[in-house]
Amino acid sequence: MTARTIHFTLNGAPVTADIKPHHNLVELLQTHFGLTGARESCGQGLCGCCTVLVDGRAVSGCLFLAVRIDGTEVVTIEGLDAGGKLNPMQEAFVETGAFQCGYCTPGFILMANQLLDAHPDPDDDQIRHYLSGNLCRCAAYPQIIDAVKLAAKKRKTIAA
Amino acid sequence: MATITDQGTAKVGAQVGRSVPRLEGRDKVTGRAEYTHTMRLSGMLHVKLFRSTVAHGRIKSVDTSAAKKLPGVAHVVTIEDVRKVIPDPYYGPAFHDQPILADGKVRFVGEPVAAVLAADPHVAEQAAQLIVAEYEELPAVYDEVEALTSKVHVHDVLKPAGTFADLKHLKDAKGTNLALDYRLRRGDVDKAFASAAHVFEHEFRTQKVLHLSFEPHATIADYKDSGVTLHTASQGPSFVRTEIARLLGWPENKVRIKVPYLGSGYGSKLYIKLEALALALSMIARLPVKVALTMEEMFYQITKHPSTFRIKSGVDKDGKIIARKCEVYWNGGAYADIGPRVTQKSGLTASGPYDIDNVWIDSYALYTNMTPAGALRGFGVPQLVWAYESHTDMIARALKIDAVEFRRKNLLREGRPHPTGTVLKDAAIEKVLDRLVERINWKQPMDRGTGVVRRGRGLGIAIKAVISPTTSVAIVNVSADGSVALYCGTIDMGQGSDTAMAQMVGEVLNMPAESVRVVQRDTDVTPYDMGTLGSRSLFHMGHAVRRAAEDAQEKLKALACEVGEPEGSNIPIPALFVKKYGMQAGNVIGTGIYKPDYVPPAPGTGLSSNVTPFWMISGAGAEVEVDTETGHIKIAKLISVLDIGKSINPKIVETQISGAALMQLGFTMFEKMHLDGGQVTNASLADYKIPGFHDVPTAMENLTVDVTQSNGPFGAKGVGEVSTFCVSPAIANAIDDAVGVRLMELPLNPESVLRALRVKAGKPLGDE
Ligand code: FES
Ligand code: FES
Repeated sequence: MTARTIHFTLNGAPVTADIKPHHNLVELLQTHFGLTGARESCGQGLCGCCTVLVDGRAVSGCLFLAVRIDGTEVVTIEGLDAGGKLNPMQEAFVETGAFQCGYCTPGFILMANQLLDAHPDPDDDQIRHYLSGNLCRCAAYPQIIDAVKLAAKKRKTIAA
Repeated sequence: MATITDQGTAKVGAQVGRSVPRLEGRDKVTGRAEYTHTMRLSGMLHVKLFRSTVAHGRIKSVDTSAAKKLPGVAHVVTIEDVRKVIPDPYYGPAFHDQPILADGKVRFVGEPVAAVLAADPHVAEQAAQLIVAEYEELPAVYDEVEALTSKVHVHDVLKPAGTFADLKHLKDAKGTNLALDYRLRRGDVDKAFASAAHVFEHEFRTQKVLHLSFEPHATIADYKDSGVTLHTASQGPSFVRTEIARLLGWPENKVRIKVPYLGSGYGSKLYIKLEALALALSMIARLPVKVALTMEEMFYQITKHPSTFRIKSGVDKDGKIIARKCEVYWNGGAYADIGPRVTQKSGLTASGPYDIDNVWIDSYALYTNMTPAGALRGFGVPQLVWAYESHTDMIARALKIDAVEFRRKNLLREGRPHPTGTVLKDAAIEKVLDRLVERINWKQPMDRGTGVVRRGRGLGIAIKAVISPTTSVAIVNVSADGSVALYCGTIDMGQGSDTAMAQMVGEVLNMPAESVRVVQRDTDVTPYDMGTLGSRSLFHMGHAVRRAAEDAQEKLKALACEVGEPEGSNIPIPALFVKKYGMQAGNVIGTGIYKPDYVPPAPGTGLSSNVTPFWMISGAGAEVEVDTETGHIKIAKLISVLDIGKSINPKIVETQISGAALMQLGFTMFEKMHLDGGQVTNASLADYKIPGFHDVPTAMENLTVDVTQSNGPFGAKGVGEVSTFCVSPAIANAIDDAVGVRLMELPLNPESVLRALRVKAGKPLGDE
């Protein structure tokens, strides 16, 4: 299978990579850029461990072919703490203890940020509904709800 | 006394009991925490396994020629190749029964038969599909009860590992599937049954479920003739080292096991899993080799034990249980893994948290032709509690005694002997029950509803003995600048052990837990630990860590004395080192070892005067709403109450309680591996449902009772699995309370409820 070169923006920096047509986005990030925050678990688009933002939209990296990344803007969990400062959602996850093993955490944080972009002040049901495509085998769900609410408050304080 | 004054303003007594955010939190929320499954070494080869499609068969041939020819394939390996590098390629913790690759026979669908190695994992995968095997199919046995008497034998000869005294008598046993028979005999059950006013006998079953940790199993082996390094997602690096050294015939100091964070384990990554295979493949390739499973492949690695529990109780006219007979069959699958330990260690508490004079327990570990079974968050205890707490409710109901009242009449109380003979100490069974009764408003009448939706509530209580006797060793290293590192082998797989251990060090050395560095697990530097399992670490490793910190403290004191500081001096640690060495140099090393006292159960009777250093006690209460037209069950409230001694970190304790309870909720309500002729038909997250956001009960309470474990480190004991124990019977009891049907088998899904309701109404449903 022939390799091809793609160009895209990764966490704000322009990059290129030589990929094979069957490679997915998780492989691309892990093998070419050493970024392991998006990680494969179910491999079927069902758990959210591999979540990546492509042109501002959350996608399952395990199902997203790397060739489609050409020309896009990609943001991964590693892009959230620019300059060593945690994003409010990351802070909130730490403060509320919203994870155990942490394998699912990057995916939840990226999705939860999207949730707050759409609904800055979500109630429990909105949080559950919006995040229902992400699974956590350690079942940190109650704490994740707390984290999202705390992050909503943090964001408001920053905006004010 | 020397104190560490350059580490902030922490006071002694300020670290333990504080909700310190997890030390590794930042790495986890930034996606930078390292896991084996995403690790790479340069030059590394990837592996894809070719697996058996039959449950039991003799291998006639394995044709690897086409796979070998595929461009990019480095090696295709079968057991013959393995034998050239490891002449006796069998491993396992209790039995050396598992071959690195299938050897002459396959014993379950999914057993690895051949391995393809390639630099490109896609090439390896493609090549694996070109392998063709022929089998002579043999009759298979799947059911644990049948396995006891079946003519089908999974293994021709049993090969106990020799590490456990109670397995020695099984050496070279032939014509059996029994990998352990634990028995307990107390009093005379037959006589007591004969004199009982009422006798109740029930049979309960549990299904095959699995851990499904989101980081699938992964190991990278890097073999060199001078030594081997394994990076592995393991809950027990010390055991892996011992077993790898044994396979190689090497001293342990040539084997190095490194474990980064685990994308959890829940018992699935205990003892030895992919490590032996990765070792063999790296020896053959003479390159680093990574074996990493997909989620689908985890269904063929390790599962929980399905079980059948026949329980019989004799009750006198006053509602006192006078005799209990327990027969437990554990479906261990094709290889013993740690099943025999599950059988024994949980078997001894099979009669529950009750004071019963006559107890008879038989607990059987059985081989069958299915994926091997091991420990899953509770070491067998959730299966037992499911049965004995359902049974207890059924008796109370039949005798028309309030379910709480009936339990109170029979509770095992402090100072009374447990059926093993070990006197109960620091086991707050009654307090747990009291708190549960209060939180679930047991004394208030409940509106059970009159329409289609009916409401009910139920509860359960449980006891567990910790796996014993086990050893932990820890090292505390104080550097010349006063900073402190802790070396301990406990694996932080999400339970927050690094943080809790750092809190204990900080407590002793009077410094903030956040400033203590917990060194990543690496058997070249971290000392021995038996394993991160069975909620043992906080107690055993906690003691070792406390002792190591105390030892360091003593040595600092001695150093102060040596350099001429007056008694009670407050000299900062860095100044102390400068005074001794003339510059910032040197270390103070404290060590701590812990192994509790223990008396092994007597052969034949299972009795012991000291069977466990501590008891785990838990209770759960559930409120449910049952739709009588669809069988749909809604969990309105789930309450967990635990005796965990003192909390080292209350916030982490709370997440452990809710996380374990929710995991058990999945095993209770819907999780099930469907098997057809030994073939798993739902081996994916699409077909095997696990709890998601919408399965969380409307209200959850995660509580502990205010007690101290008198022999625990800082009054504490373990918590990781304790809230799993009672969830299943609490819900089944609540369903019975709501709609008057009794389910005897997990999961408690809408179909089973509906079927039971229709049977009760005299209009049974057909078989689809
Ligand atoms: S790994 Fe992509 S959604 Fe599960
Ligand atoms: S924290 Fe372990 S899977 Fe979510």
